[in-house]
This record gives sequence, C-alpha cells and structure tokens, in this order.
Amino acid sequence: MTPSVAPATDNRSDSAAGLLLPVPDDDGAPFWEYAARGELRIQACADCDALRFPPRPCCPHCRSFSARWQRMSGRGRIWSYVLPHPPLLPAYAEQPGYNAIIVELAEAPGIRLVGNLVTAADAPLNSVDPARLRIGAPVKAVFHTMPGGVTVPRWLLERP
Amino acid sequence: MGATLKDATAIAGIGQTPFARQLPESEKTLACRAIVAALDDAGIAPSEVDAFASYTMEETDEVEIAKAIGAGDLTHFSKVGFGGGGSCATVAHLAAAIATGQASVGVAWRSRKRGSGPRPWKNTQVQLPTPGQWTRPFGLLRPADEIGMLARRYMHEYGATRDHLFNVALACRNRANQNPAAMMYERPLTREMYMTARWISEPLCLFDNCLETDGALACVVVSAERARDCRQRPVYVHSAAQGLPAQHHGMVNYWTDDPLTGPAWTAARHLWKGADLGPQDVDVAQIYDAFTPLIPLSLEGYGFCGRGEGAAFTEGGALEIGGRLPLNTGGGGLSEAYVHGFNLINEGVKQLRGTSTAQVPDAATCLVTAGEGVPTSALLLRS
Repeated sequence: MTPSVAPATDNRSDSAAGLLLPVPDDDGAPFWEYAARGELRIQACADCDALRFPPRPCCPHCRSFSARWQRMSGRGRIWSYVLPHPPLLPAYAEQPGYNAIIVELAEAPGIRLVGNLVTAADAPLNSVDPARLRIGAPVKAVFHTMPGGVTVPRWLLERP
Repeated sequence: MGATLKDATAIAGIGQTPFARQLPESEKTLACRAIVAALDDAGIAPSEVDAFASYTMEETDEVEIAKAIGAGDLTHFSKVGFGGGGSCATVAHLAAAIATGQASVGVAWRSRKRGSGPRPWKNTQVQLPTPGQWTRPFGLLRPADEIGMLARRYMHEYGATRDHLFNVALACRNRANQNPAAMMYERPLTREMYMTARWISEPLCLFDNCLETDGALACVVVSAERARDCRQRPVYVHSAAQGLPAQHHGMVNYWTDDPLTGPAWTAARHLWKGADLGPQDVDVAQIYDAFTPLIPLSLEGYGFCGRGEGAAFTEGGALEIGGRLPLNTGGGGLSEAYVHGFNLINEGVKQLRGTSTAQVPDAATCLVTAGEGVPTSALLLRS
C-alpha cells in the first residue's frame, strides 16, 4: 500500500516560519502521508516482517520488493540529543536553546527517528528547558502541522 | 592471488598554497598552483601527467586542470564521493591505476574556498531527500549537529568527557603552534579557553570544530621504481582501503545496529589485511579531525585501542610528540587548515621524509585517514 502524497511545493523553506520542510522521495512519501493522518508508521517487509528505516525499495534481509507500513505505538526513548547554536539558518536561530533529538522506538530500538522534544505539539522548538533532556528519557509522539502544510512527528516527555 | 598494491607505488611530490580564511585567487587557480608545486617537488614535468583523482565538492574538474597545467593525454581519472571521506581514496585510486598499468604519473588534489565561500549546509536547495528529509526539518542542519549526536551518545555510553575532546584539540593546536604554515600558528589554546568557548552544537564547542580555510594541496603518485629516481625520498603507499559498511547511512549514521562503529572499522579491516604492519607499528598518525570526537572513534576503528577506550587513549599526552601516538603533526583540520583532509596526506609524507615542523624522530610508518562518519578511506604510508 502506497498512499499518494502531496510533496512540499517549496523545498527551500516554509515561507511563514522559515523552517525547512521535509522533501520526500518516492520511498519516504508514505511516511509523511501517514504522519498527516496522525499515524507513525514504519516501512516493513511484507514477506519477512523486518522493519527498515529509512524506507527503501527492497528488504535488505530477504530481498522482497513487497512492503507494508506498520503502525507504531509512538513510544520511545531519547537515544541522543544536541543543542544547536548559531551560526544557523535564521528560522532556527530565532529559537535559541532548541533541541534536536534522536528517539529509538519502543517496539524496535534499532529504528531511530530524528525530531524535536517540545512541551506540546504546536509549541516552539525551544519550549522544553534544555536541562530536562536526558538520554533514556521516555517520550511519545505527537503530530505538528507546519505552516507549509506538512505534518511532522514531534516528541513529548512521558513524564513532563 | 593477483597484483598487490603493497609498496607498488609511492608519493613522489607534494605541494600546497598558503592557508588563510580568505585568499584572493579562485579555486581553480589555487588547485593549479598546488599541483604545479607538487610536480616541481617531484621533478616531473606536467606533460607527463596521465592520471587525476579528486573527490566530490571539488568544483574544478580534471578537464580544466589538465588544460591549465599542460598535462599530457589522460588515461585514468576518477572522482570519489562523500566529501572528506574521499581524501585518501584519491591516492588509493591512483595507486591502483598505476600498479595495474592504467597510468604512470597520477595527481590527486583538493582545492577549497571554504573560508571565504558559502557554508555547504546553508544551501537549502541542494539537499538530497534521503537522508535530509529525516533530519533537516528538525533543525539538525550541519555536520557539527550530526556528529554532535554521536558524540553525546559516545560520552553517555563510555564516560568520555569534554576533557578528552580537549586533549584532541590541544594536541592539534600544539602542533600548529610549531608549523608556520598553519592558520593557528602563534595562537596557543588553553583549557580555560576551551571550557569557556561558545557552543556550536552542545556537546561540541567552537574548538571541537575544524577551521574554515581557503587553500589547496596536491600530491603526485608514481610507481615505486620511478619514485626512486625522483627528486625526493619516496614515501610508499603500503596499504590503502575504502570503507562503506553494510547498512551505513552517510554522516547521519543513526540507523545501523551500532552507530558508534563507523566506516573506520570497515576501512581498517581491509587496510590491515593488506599490510605487513599493524596498529602497534604506526609511528605517527594523521587522523581526520573535522570534529574532535572523530579522533576517539577513529582510534577505536583503526585498532589502536578497544571499543569505548578511544577517549581514555587521549589521556596523559598520548597524542603529543613523545606520546603513544603523535597526532596530526601539522595541526590537522582543527588547527592547520581544513582542506577536506588533504593536508593530512601531505603531512604524512613530510613525516616520512623527515621534514615535518613537528618531526617524530625516525618516523617510518604513518597512518592517514579520511573523514569518519561518512564513507571513508585510509592510507598506510611507509618510508
């Protein structure tokens, strides 16, 4: 199953917020389509069931070209994080103290997603006090629609 | 078993331009200056050049270079991908071509205007959807952010500290302070400066990041037999390897089972397999240092210590002259110049000629590595 996706019309930046929008490729497009529905799904082999990320045309374990998109619980743990400081693109520099995190998914720790830890789905990228960031902290996915119309997963602390 | 690369070829000439934050000449002009200087160093006429090797993000192609310097007919030209991961592979490709008779005089080079030119990550239009779609929207914009992620995890897993990263920065700076060509010559670094420096991407501060440099370097590769008739003492390519591990994903290598085991491990296995020597035989190392954490990761990958021991390896002056493994003796990318690692190749040659500004006494073997984190390459040079 491969839902159609409306690719970001402007891959440079979102004109309202200036944040970079995802530029989906053929393999990644379903991820963003499901995200727009508020679902976190990861590509899985339809034959051997192995999850794989990033998405790709062929299963690296059994070489099957048949894939499905498995819904995940949206729960995970922080695997690592950074606090980027200038020089940055302006839209990011305007949110000093923002974080970028890697989350390993609870059901599949080898599947790791880059994202942001925020206090609410639509809160600024720097809404969490950097002192709250910890490797191993449990987090859960929420979905935020960027001003350009693309929906991305973000992450909340399970124990805020 | 067919032909072997082992000691079949040698680096016979090296050349470089000045290094500075801003140089007035174009990237093409700087490339030509470095190449002409390297050929002059070897005592080989440009018209004898029949092979070129470069790596991506080099904007001047071999057609332009060959025309400008008056090269002969080219019979081998290659370009290696993945930016700084390709540095040593240029020499490896030339060595393979020459050892198998595809060419006789090869030139590898790197010219960059990274000091005065744009920062690559600021170009938001030329970004591959994979893996950029999974990282950049979240503000993981720059190589420093991408490596910072690995650094944080490494510190968490193994108890590495900022002091370990400082050990790396300090060793490079100390060598640059001995090298009049280095951008950081006469610019000492102290622990106080390091610990109070501004952040670039926590846990990485300013001094964990390489310089931004305009400059160019080149080297000339010929057969070992030919090299013995050249102007300089030959520096033999004893072993060479590239490394793109199974299931690797580029610099944002967060999706393998073990992201802290990077391309260095793959390159190292092949490098040592093709060598008569092991890590214990290396007298001096030039390890790619776009960011300080790449050093402990590479020390582990190339087998100088066990997994998780790279940070501790840096203690007690191990990376200084007289230490267990003198590192980046021209100052490296952190303190000499950041020209995508090509200065590490030339510095390796200087050590084995005995002409480094921070000479390791009687150095006979030198490891040179390319960017870790990206698909990489490495050379084992011997005198």
